[in-house]
Amino acid sequence: MSDNYSKPLPEPSIDSQPYWDGLKDGRLLLQTCSNCKKTRHYPRPVCDRCYSMEVDWIEASGRGVVHSWTETHHPFHVSFRGETPYILVTVDLAEGVRLQSQLLNADLADVRIGLGVEVVFVDATDEVTLPMFRVAE
Amino acid sequence: MAHSLKGITAVTGIGETAYSRGTHKSALALVLEASLHAIADAGLSPQDIDGIIPYALGPVAEEIMANLGMEDIRFSAQTPMGGASAVAALQAAAAAIHAGVCNHVLLALGRRGYSDSRIATRLAAMPQFRLIGEHENPIGALAPAQLYAPMARRHMELYGTTSEQFAEVAVTMREHALLNDNAIMKKLLSFEDHQNSRMISDPFRLFDCCLESDGATAVIVSSAERANDLRQHPIRILGVAEGHPQSPSTITQRDDITTLGLAKAAPRAFRMAGVSHDDIGVAQIYDCFTWTVICQIEDLGFCKKGEGGSFIENGRLKLDGDLPTNTHGGLLSQSHMAGMNHIVELVRQLRHDAGHAQVKGAQVGLVTGFGDLGDGTIAIMQRA
Repeated sequence: MSDNYSKPLPEPSIDSQPYWDGLKDGRLLLQTCSNCKKTRHYPRPVCDRCYSMEVDWIEASGRGVVHSWTETHHPFHVSFRGETPYILVTVDLAEGVRLQSQLLNADLADVRIGLGVEVVFVDATDEVTLPMFRVAE
Repeated sequence: MAHSLKGITAVTGIGETAYSRGTHKSALALVLEASLHAIADAGLSPQDIDGIIPYALGPVAEEIMANLGMEDIRFSAQTPMGGASAVAALQAAAAAIHAGVCNHVLLALGRRGYSDSRIATRLAAMPQFRLIGEHENPIGALAPAQLYAPMARRHMELYGTTSEQFAEVAVTMREHALLNDNAIMKKLLSFEDHQNSRMISDPFRLFDCCLESDGATAVIVSSAERANDLRQHPIRILGVAEGHPQSPSTITQRDDITTLGLAKAAPRAFRMAGVSHDDIGVAQIYDCFTWTVICQIEDLGFCKKGEGGSFIENGRLKLDGDLPTNTHGGLLSQSHMAGMNHIVELVRQLRHDAGHAQVKGAQVGLVTGFGDLGDGTIAIMQRA
């Protein structure tokens, strides 16, 4: 599948490499400040509460609730032609941070603020795994 | 501190090219054309210009200097905040003039937004979108319509804002564009046209989204003192401010995704200007999407958070409404010049030179910018 993959791919930074490595192993990792224990996302070098640059990576539960959403009908990139419409959700993770991703196999009519969702690991290429979501069981 | 830039500067020149969808001209040629119009409008020559703030995505200051033979530019800067850039440049120009660094600053923005690559492909190359590029583009969130739609959706869910209210914004901007010879959209838009237009990214339909345009716009900011000797009636900058939302590098990581940086900037600008909301006779509010107008009206303080949808109902934004807004047609129906055209229109209104769209007797007005992931800017101006 790697050979034909034409969608945008992440370019991990030094700061975010462990996050992408975790996804490849089927784990959703989040940064937690070693000093004050505040969890943050997306991965970045410093804690915005205590300014410590020491970080621990914790494995997130992968569970969260819908904060907001959109259903995209217009393919803004040729590689998404044939896949519209698709639902994008902003997810409040149980760990207190958010991420934006696709909600798979869902009906727009069922999506609402507070809907429980859980992470699904989707292999984009041999190297890159993306965190997506489905409605929680 | 709060009063330091009050009335120190004025907009003394404005210039625009014809706006279009399709051009054979380069972005540089467009920028130079609009700049020469603005310089001439002020009654100045290129040699009088001693400061330049070009739009961050386009020809750099050095190219403008070389082409216009400018021998001694003392100040150049950029304000890379997408749609908040143009009004942010007003603040930067006012601060530089107030500090005595320069006297006449040229703000210039030109683009081939229609003829060159579209926004979804431009965005990933912008440094301020780095985290979006890494984390959100790969899962299919590629364009502003998709990044802002969840903000609008949450606003609708929390406050009952409706697509019908979005339609009122779109229809009003189009009505105003029909009064403007230099507006790209020339056909009447009905409420039904909006509601029946194709869905782009829910809740945004086609007519909730701004245009992609070719053209250029330029503005000259001068010290208020020198403005009195120039060709046009000076339009004083009474208050000007920029504000950034929490977590300005990503929308998703902020506590409240329905509040913009403008909520911080607006009180500063009103305080500096010493005017109240009732004094605002005309407003040019950044309209990349219909919903962003509604949200900014709240963040400007015209109503409480969540009440923007009902605020704009019943023709309030029309020429004869309480708050005539985007009297040129805006980004939705005139042209997408990243809000530099909003500054030009505010100046025209306060010069009483806005033709069929003139708001009678306009004395004080405001212009806003909304950029990238929630940056906000505002300027309040007065007919001197």
